[in-house]
Amino acid sequence: MSETVSKTGRWIDWANPTRFMSFAGVILPWLAGLTLIVLAGGLWMSMQAPDDYQQGATVKIMFIHVPFAWLSMMCYTIMTIAALGTLVWRHPLADVSAKAAAPIGAVFTALALITGSLWGKPMWGTWWVWDARLTSVFVLFLMYLGIIALTRAMDDPAKSARATAILTLVGFINIPIIKFSVDWWNTLHQPASVFRMGGSTIDGSLLRPLLVMAIGFTLLFFTLHLMAMRNEIWRRRVVAMRRVAARNADRGPVQ
Amino acid sequence: MSSHAGFVIAAYGVSFIALAGLIGWVFIDQRLQNRALRQLESRGVRRRSEGKGAQP
Repeated sequence: MSETVSKTGRWIDWANPTRFMSFAGVILPWLAGLTLIVLAGGLWMSMQAPDDYQQGATVKIMFIHVPFAWLSMMCYTIMTIAALGTLVWRHPLADVSAKAAAPIGAVFTALALITGSLWGKPMWGTWWVWDARLTSVFVLFLMYLGIIALTRAMDDPAKSARATAILTLVGFINIPIIKFSVDWWNTLHQPASVFRMGGSTIDGSLLRPLLVMAIGFTLLFFTLHLMAMRNEIWRRRVVAMRRVAARNADRGPVQ
Repeated sequence: MSSHAGFVIAAYGVSFIALAGLIGWVFIDQRLQNRALRQLESRGVRRRSEGKGAQP
């Protein structure tokens, strides 16, 4: 019994937004600094990387396009875990995490689409095709927009949290579709070449900058996500305090 | 292949602008919320969790 109590106690400790705020305050400067260093290193390595023998200089688009595409899926996966946190454990930070992540994920998804388009034009001869990979990522972008709209549609975050969580969970079906679309269907987009059975097909001179850039952008994502979560907690405190102030004004001295 | 440099520059340029906008938005939001919190606190408004029973 006492063990249960202490376990619950630990859970509540982690759910405490004030504890999260002090954790974020300590970790954020380090995370931001590390992000800058890794991204700067990654950019420098990208500039030094040789041109591809077939694709020429356009292969440099890979160093940003691939991390953006990975992050667009990672962000949605984090939001799905947060949705479970909202629905199953009713963790108070889960909804904050999902709401804060959505705009960041939308930007990364849009950038994956735009940089892909700018890569497609010189290499494929077209800005866009409705193949399975491009279409499923476009659907992911629309999912992000829908979730952003829903999280901001209601004044009470507790009400929108459930609806958003359910929509996010249903939309997760799209993530394996994006990942395996290039294997399941005949797509203009190439199949996986970094994480695949039998190892990467990319030469080390191009793979190394790609991995450093991917780590850099992942760090950037977590930095921005933590900052946006902190902003969201502050925003909810402001709303709560305004409500208290309004109630006090109502009860104020009768003239 | 140098004729494709424009595509590379455009891809990096768009990404830089979009990410700068995202980072800027997060910082502006942070500033707005902190300003609102300070104003409310200076008016003596307290959150419920900071009410009578809670520690200072």
